[in-house]
Amino acid sequence: MKTASRILGRAFFAEGFEVQDAPRYGAERRGAPIFAYVRAAREAINERGIITTPDLVVVADDTLPAIPAAGTLAGVDDRTVLLIISREPADTWRSRLNLSCSVVVIREDVESPVSEEMPFKGAVCAGGAAHLVGVIPRPTLAQAIERELDSMPAAMIEANLEHGLAAFDQLADHAGAVQQGVGVSADNPRPPQWVDLPLQPAGAAAPVIQAAATSVEVHTGLWRSVRPVIDDERCVGCWWVCSTFCPDGAIEVRDGRPHIDYEHCKGCMVCVAKCPPHAIDTIPEHAAQQADREDHHRDA
Amino acid sequence: MTRELLTGNLAAAWGARLARVDYVPAFPITPQTEIIETLSDWYDSGVMAGRLVTLESEHSMITAAGAAAATGVRVFSATSSQGLLYGMEMIYTVAGWRVPFVLVNVSRALAAPVTLEPDHNDILAARDSGMLQIHCANCQEVLDSLLIAYRLAEDPRVRLPVIVNLDGFYLSFTREPVIIPEPGAVDAFLPAFDAESIRFRASQPESQAVAVLGGSPYSYFRYETHLAALEALKVYDEVAADFTARFGRSHAAVEDYRCGDAEIVLVMMGSFATKAREAVERLRDAGVAAGLLRPRLLRPFPADRLREYLAGKRGVAVIDQNLSMGKGGVLHSEIASALYGRKDAPPVLTSFIGGLGGRDISAEEFYEMVSVTREAADSGTVPPPRLLYTRDELREVRKLQTIARVERSELGKEP
Repeated sequence: MKTASRILGRAFFAEGFEVQDAPRYGAERRGAPIFAYVRAAREAINERGIITTPDLVVVADDTLPAIPAAGTLAGVDDRTVLLIISREPADTWRSRLNLSCSVVVIREDVESPVSEEMPFKGAVCAGGAAHLVGVIPRPTLAQAIERELDSMPAAMIEANLEHGLAAFDQLADHAGAVQQGVGVSADNPRPPQWVDLPLQPAGAAAPVIQAAATSVEVHTGLWRSVRPVIDDERCVGCWWVCSTFCPDGAIEVRDGRPHIDYEHCKGCMVCVAKCPPHAIDTIPEHAAQQADREDHHRDA
Repeated sequence: MTRELLTGNLAAAWGARLARVDYVPAFPITPQTEIIETLSDWYDSGVMAGRLVTLESEHSMITAAGAAAATGVRVFSATSSQGLLYGMEMIYTVAGWRVPFVLVNVSRALAAPVTLEPDHNDILAARDSGMLQIHCANCQEVLDSLLIAYRLAEDPRVRLPVIVNLDGFYLSFTREPVIIPEPGAVDAFLPAFDAESIRFRASQPESQAVAVLGGSPYSYFRYETHLAALEALKVYDEVAADFTARFGRSHAAVEDYRCGDAEIVLVMMGSFATKAREAVERLRDAGVAAGLLRPRLLRPFPADRLREYLAGKRGVAVIDQNLSMGKGGVLHSEIASALYGRKDAPPVLTSFIGGLGGRDISAEEFYEMVSVTREAADSGTVPPPRLLYTRDELREVRKLQTIARVERSELGKEP
């Protein structure tokens, strides 16, 4: 998303706008939700940091609305436009999330011809957003992609251009759908609901998690974009290797055989790298989920 | 001159590059690391001439910075938060050596609990060290302040190290348009360091930073450092005026935004002050005579300047992005000490604590702080200090406490 914000910011800047683009990192872990902000205006920008009333929200991955830490719906109101990359249509998302704002979907299959992997999502998000804001011509978007990715190999830049521009073209019917917000007026503003923090005993007010194993409750498996799958025929049962190197303790050993806990495997692929007999395959997560569903239907 | 999108970190790196620094002792820490990574690339590719050396800790890094500065070369370093605290023994020490260098601090709130986003408790821990402090509000100021800081630090009337402070995330990782001045123009403003009496040469032994026994010599050296820091107020004005004459951008010791005819003035430091600026504009649109003062210099403290701006105001709201446990906002105390007992001092000085650990301050909250201060001026009753904290935030913390299985009986009745 940082790349997306930079491409979009660069494109606005090239069109003569004042710009801010900024990523915001949470947990510094692979797969943890990350968000980035872009502001653009014809005049100097005083606001900074968190955008509380976004004109446009771009969601790179349709598993994110279900993750509170991603905050995809924060500040969304009737005039916001929500752009989401998904295999599901816009009406499904409007219904699922009870939204009354416009929802625009970039069909995920647009990016599938070349790769199922993440690298083009930044360009796709920026390309879609560029058309939605309505003030960025196609050539400016192309230049912004090239400029922001100029440290990459030519083939990679080319592929990003292809995906970014395809996303731009796909949203032709929605050009200019995003309206510039007006900010918060100081005329009769709604006062903040401040509270006086009460003094509480240190037993409650110290930063202590008194419950055991709370991390089990957080299904970090949702973060995974690729899935490691053990090939039982190749696995020689040297369980100590993969289960020791797994940084999340997500490989359980039963009867001398390793089993991956997919609710908590973040898809870091350390196990794939370490496996001595090369018995762990790498499969794109949504392809794996598709296969799971088909298996389920067949079993049913 | 080019106008380019730069993060605050890149702007800091450009400042060091344009200052042609000779030596950079470095140690990584979020959110500062991008500065030394960038400088490292530039030294590696030869666009900068000099040395970058990675040390094993901030303590060593500050020592190396001071020691290198004591040989008469131009030195730059950068740190943040826990790193600044880890180097704190040497922050105080090198200031006492009276050697000039510039250290960037990227503000990040302190542990515990550990976090990544900014407030000013880290930089304020260095407040009484003898290092001077310049606080930035946008990325352009970061680059410009570095150039000003070298002039200030190296001035023979001052000769103290300077910290340039920028807020983590809100500046460090935020890209915005920054004018990168021409190297020739910077060279004319900031010539090569003339170290004068600072030297360390083979076969010319001298002892710097000697120990003293007894309070009299100690008091002398300490008070001389204080006097030099105070003198830096005058030197800063000269340097800032020269900067404005050459580059057209103004970086006064205190930024005044629509203070002249304001009844109620907000006072705050750092990048969140740009949000206050936006709030002041909108309050003006709504017919409220609000203004903003932002001290860029915290040490030396521009007390006279602040006093002049605040004379005759009905009320002043100080917003502290820091918290001195058991006292309150640090800037509030400093403003109060500058105003107390003075003719025309504003009768009402309210205190707000906000933005701790990067907690946002909303437009509505700025409006409310002005409103509360105006009501206090009307009634003559000053409200107690207020933490900017909403019902929804407390609700969120209660949810976390539920997950953490904090005994509900200990939480008492909800406010």
